[in-house]
Amino acid sequence: MLDFSNVTNWIDTTLHRYLSDGWALATEFVLIALMLLIAYAILALVLIYMERKVCAFFQCRIGPNRVGKWGLLQSVADMVKILLKELVHINRADHFLFRVASFVVIIGSICTFGALPFAKGLQAIDFNVGVFYLLAVSSVGVVGILLAGWSSNSKYTMIGAMRSGAQLISYEISAGLSVLAVVILAGTMQVSEIVALQTDRWFIFQGHIPACIAFLTYLIAGHAETNRGPFDLPEAESELTAGYHTEYSGIQFGFFYLAEYMNMFIIAAIGSTLFLGGWMPLHIPGWESFNHVMDLVPSFIWFFGKTFFCIFLALWVRWSFPRLRIDQLLSLEWKVLMPICLVNLVLMSLVVIF
Amino acid sequence: MSNSSLFLVVFFTALFLVGAALLIARLIAPRSWNLQKGQTYECGIPTRGTSWMQFRVGYYLFAILYLVFDVETVLLFPWATIMKDLGPGGLFCVLFFLVVLTLGLAYAWKKGALKWK
Repeated sequence: MLDFSNVTNWIDTTLHRYLSDGWALATEFVLIALMLLIAYAILALVLIYMERKVCAFFQCRIGPNRVGKWGLLQSVADMVKILLKELVHINRADHFLFRVASFVVIIGSICTFGALPFAKGLQAIDFNVGVFYLLAVSSVGVVGILLAGWSSNSKYTMIGAMRSGAQLISYEISAGLSVLAVVILAGTMQVSEIVALQTDRWFIFQGHIPACIAFLTYLIAGHAETNRGPFDLPEAESELTAGYHTEYSGIQFGFFYLAEYMNMFIIAAIGSTLFLGGWMPLHIPGWESFNHVMDLVPSFIWFFGKTFFCIFLALWVRWSFPRLRIDQLLSLEWKVLMPICLVNLVLMSLVVIF
Repeated sequence: MSNSSLFLVVFFTALFLVGAALLIARLIAPRSWNLQKGQTYECGIPTRGTSWMQFRVGYYLFAILYLVFDVETVLLFPWATIMKDLGPGGLFCVLFFLVVLTLGLAYAWKKGALKWK
């Protein structure tokens, strides 16, 4: 299997041969930043295209098919268009916080993105409290959304932001508790170690029923955290126009759109890393030749395959269910998901001990 | 390379992305002004008053509950990491903690804090 740490080590030694230590380090930092930006932008474009196509097929339409072959360049054209749009100056908004909000949303999303293990040896940040870090920075986005809604000084954005805040913080608990079940099973919080522990069997198989329950609750809670249907109350378009980003225009709106799609990717990627083995191929103990064949598939294909499978599940749910009411949404979390998660936590620890 | 410096790199990457995109938009996007354009969006009529006003208390209740249970999750993380070494004794101690918090949830439920009125 292609190990990307060989590539990064080669780049490191080559840079150190031609440059002094400080400059080599600086070049590496710039390289990492560039790689992240490119991956982030390309994945966002792919996701937007995928969403539109999948949605179209669910509704028996064709979807985008004019720009490029099969409409492949549609999202690129949209990106250029959104850059060319005017940034409207809102008279009564709090202009400083209005700007800051888009920064905060993107920071929350990219900082999480940087800690994902994309392939063997291809992970920018690998804290020993990795899972904890992922949970922590992914919730920074709530602050951005609340800021956006509040600073716009509009009633639609205010209601949208409040709903979004209530929803995001509620479902974060379920997501956290489901992740906690995995940490119990793994006994470590470092993302790379969690992936390495799944060499023989993925955690969803290792953890028996509690792991399956945790995976399901994680998917539901994660789906709600991305503010997408059936949990899309914050931007219920028939009531609130566009929710918390009603007043944003041009590229500033684009940031919220980008962050929403990338959060969907991040949630799916964390789910596939923790439960479905990340970049680890499917191994069945005892089937040696089968395992060898599976090892031939590059690790990043495994990672993206699993992640896009989770994303497809999210899209499926989005286009199949009607929107919930806010009281239904909150009672689903507090009266159903959270008790299940707490019981599941105890079950998981019993499974691990005995 | 330490993780903290890498985190800073990723952080500044995010800042750079937003800053650069805003700069590009400022350079190439058109700009125009009229009296109606800067008004708050509402379905065709001018907004009355500000929207920075009192808000329903239900959201606040959920925020308090969130605080309790999120801190609980955070406190459980170190235990979860070394669960295997602690064994049944550790589980028993944490069960006590969990039961107390579940009682809190039950109390909030009974008091109607989870009900959206």
